[in-house]
Amino acid sequence: MKNGQLITIQNLIKDYPVGRGFFRALNDINLTIGEGEFAGLIGPSGSGKTTLLNIIGSLDVPTKGEAKVLGQSIGNLNTRQSAKLRNHSLGFIFQTYNLLPVYNVFENVELPLLLLKMSKDERRKLVDQALDWVGLQDKRKSRPPQLSGGECQRVSIARAMVKSPQIVLADEPTANLDAKNSHNILQTMEKLNEELKTTFIFATHDDKVIQYLHRKISLDDGHVVNDEQIKKQ
Amino acid sequence: MISFIIKGLMRDRHRSLFPIIMVTIGVFITVFFQAFMGGFLTDMVDSTARFSSGHVKIMSRAYADNSDQVPNDLALTGVNKIMDDLKRDYPKMDWVKRIQYGGLLDIPDENGETRSQATVAGMGVDLLSPGSSELKTLNISNSVVSGRLPENPGEILVSDDMAKRLGVNLGENATLISSSMYGSMAIYNFTIVGTIRFGIEMMDRGAIITDIGDIQLALNMEDATGEILGYLPEGAYNDIEAQKIVDSFNAKYTNDENEFTPVMATLRSVSGLSDYLDLANNMGATIAFVFVIIMSIVLWNAGLLGGLRRYGEVGVRLAIGERKRHIYLSLIYESVFIGLVGTVIGTTIGLTGAYFMQKYGLDLSGAMKNVNMMIPLVFKSKITPATFYIGFFPGLGATMLGTALAGVGIYRRQTASLFKELET
Repeated sequence: MKNGQLITIQNLIKDYPVGRGFFRALNDINLTIGEGEFAGLIGPSGSGKTTLLNIIGSLDVPTKGEAKVLGQSIGNLNTRQSAKLRNHSLGFIFQTYNLLPVYNVFENVELPLLLLKMSKDERRKLVDQALDWVGLQDKRKSRPPQLSGGECQRVSIARAMVKSPQIVLADEPTANLDAKNSHNILQTMEKLNEELKTTFIFATHDDKVIQYLHRKISLDDGHVVNDEQIKKQ
Repeated sequence: MISFIIKGLMRDRHRSLFPIIMVTIGVFITVFFQAFMGGFLTDMVDSTARFSSGHVKIMSRAYADNSDQVPNDLALTGVNKIMDDLKRDYPKMDWVKRIQYGGLLDIPDENGETRSQATVAGMGVDLLSPGSSELKTLNISNSVVSGRLPENPGEILVSDDMAKRLGVNLGENATLISSSMYGSMAIYNFTIVGTIRFGIEMMDRGAIITDIGDIQLALNMEDATGEILGYLPEGAYNDIEAQKIVDSFNAKYTNDENEFTPVMATLRSVSGLSDYLDLANNMGATIAFVFVIIMSIVLWNAGLLGGLRRYGEVGVRLAIGERKRHIYLSLIYESVFIGLVGTVIGTTIGLTGAYFMQKYGLDLSGAMKNVNMMIPLVFKSKITPATFYIGFFPGLGATMLGTALAGVGIYRRQTASLFKELET
């Protein structure tokens, strides 16, 4: 990692087999994303933004080229190493929240810490802190079916942030939310980005998200067609 | 992490309660069916052995050649010596004399004229000797419907159904009209002291039970008997053991050409049950095996579906950095827990059902009025050592296998694909 660059992508190509041929989802992508960025991969459906997000999240591997995340080449990681990378350094926020319905808010947020071999007291402290960040202390005993969509997504953010990862990957995080809840969520994430210097990378085509981004990386048909830094006042 | 998994298991009824219920039902059916089939298949052999053939049967050669006619004129003679020899040579076996006979049972009115009459199939057994095993072998005490067992010579039991047909009461006289060993007419008066029901239609239609001493007297068969039956010490028929005894007994008479020479035969060869015995030996296991396979497929699918419906959870756990192997093992441990609990409960319920079925049975006498085979009308199960463990094959094995296969799907799927499924 040099000069605070968390993610370096060079000449990245991703093909998926289709019948006897293949479909090129990403074509010659070159990118760097630095510490504390609030960036978005934007573009229409099928433009390759989720594929790129999956590769950054070590959920998928490049066909050609290189994707380095926190100094580790994603294509060269074995399953144990990629699991370790996700466990220690990456957080995920999903469009459909994906909270586990039989566990309460506290337990859902605590889940990532269970793999980090922390004591119960340490876990409780970190979960409390994460719930403070998203303003859900009063809902700690509630289960996901008892929460609104906005509250569920805030739990999802707390779950992604609880281990203080360096990078949070959010795939269409506001797709299932109304405008008011979307703004609340985005403000929460923006605040966490500013205060904790966590890097946020979105995959989205939602204008509500786009207006919050500090950097817009536009994708179309697997190519980066525009990469624009936005100056925030 | 373990307490996290246990919490999830306890709270999610789709992961715990419902699979446990499914395993329980599957195991219960398997265990009960195995015991029922075991009971059903051995009951017929057992009934035949007790009432008709013994585990081995000794007859005269001539009697054996015409045994379907029960020809008492060809009966064994010098029976007391034969019995002494048998008890000496095969002391562990239980040896009993039996005389089967047919005839008319005449019920007289107060003037001595015939009031009612019926054809009977009689059986002369040792009822009066102290320590006679026949009461137990034929389960006579428990089969008495009214009255009592014969305690004195000249007392008989008649089938309850026939007693009703004849309109005869306890304590009344009945005259047996039959033919003696020498072919002459035999007439003998008895007193009816009890009615009996064996639960075997063929017997219950027209049986009378007399003491063998009485019938020897009535049919002029002193020191003679139609058949001598032998029962193996374990109480269950064993083809190999029975054949050994038959071979050793018959070897003594190989060179004797006399048609009244005793000859011994196994249950298999005299009862017409040889095919049935093969069926009982092979089919019981085969049917149980097929049933176990069917239940295994059902429970395997349940395990498979249980695993598949948790793809979402798997995706989240992968996202937080849990390794696939760890997730896979936790699914297997869960299935072992579910399988064990379900199997223990299912086996307990199955054994309880089988126990009551073994004790009380299922009475199908109403549906089998015209059966001429030695089939018990009360179907009973039989609990064997296999009944205790057979449920573990579908209950634990198949549940675990189903989960393992579902888990392999998770294991082999690209992580990104699992995430895609997470979003749908």
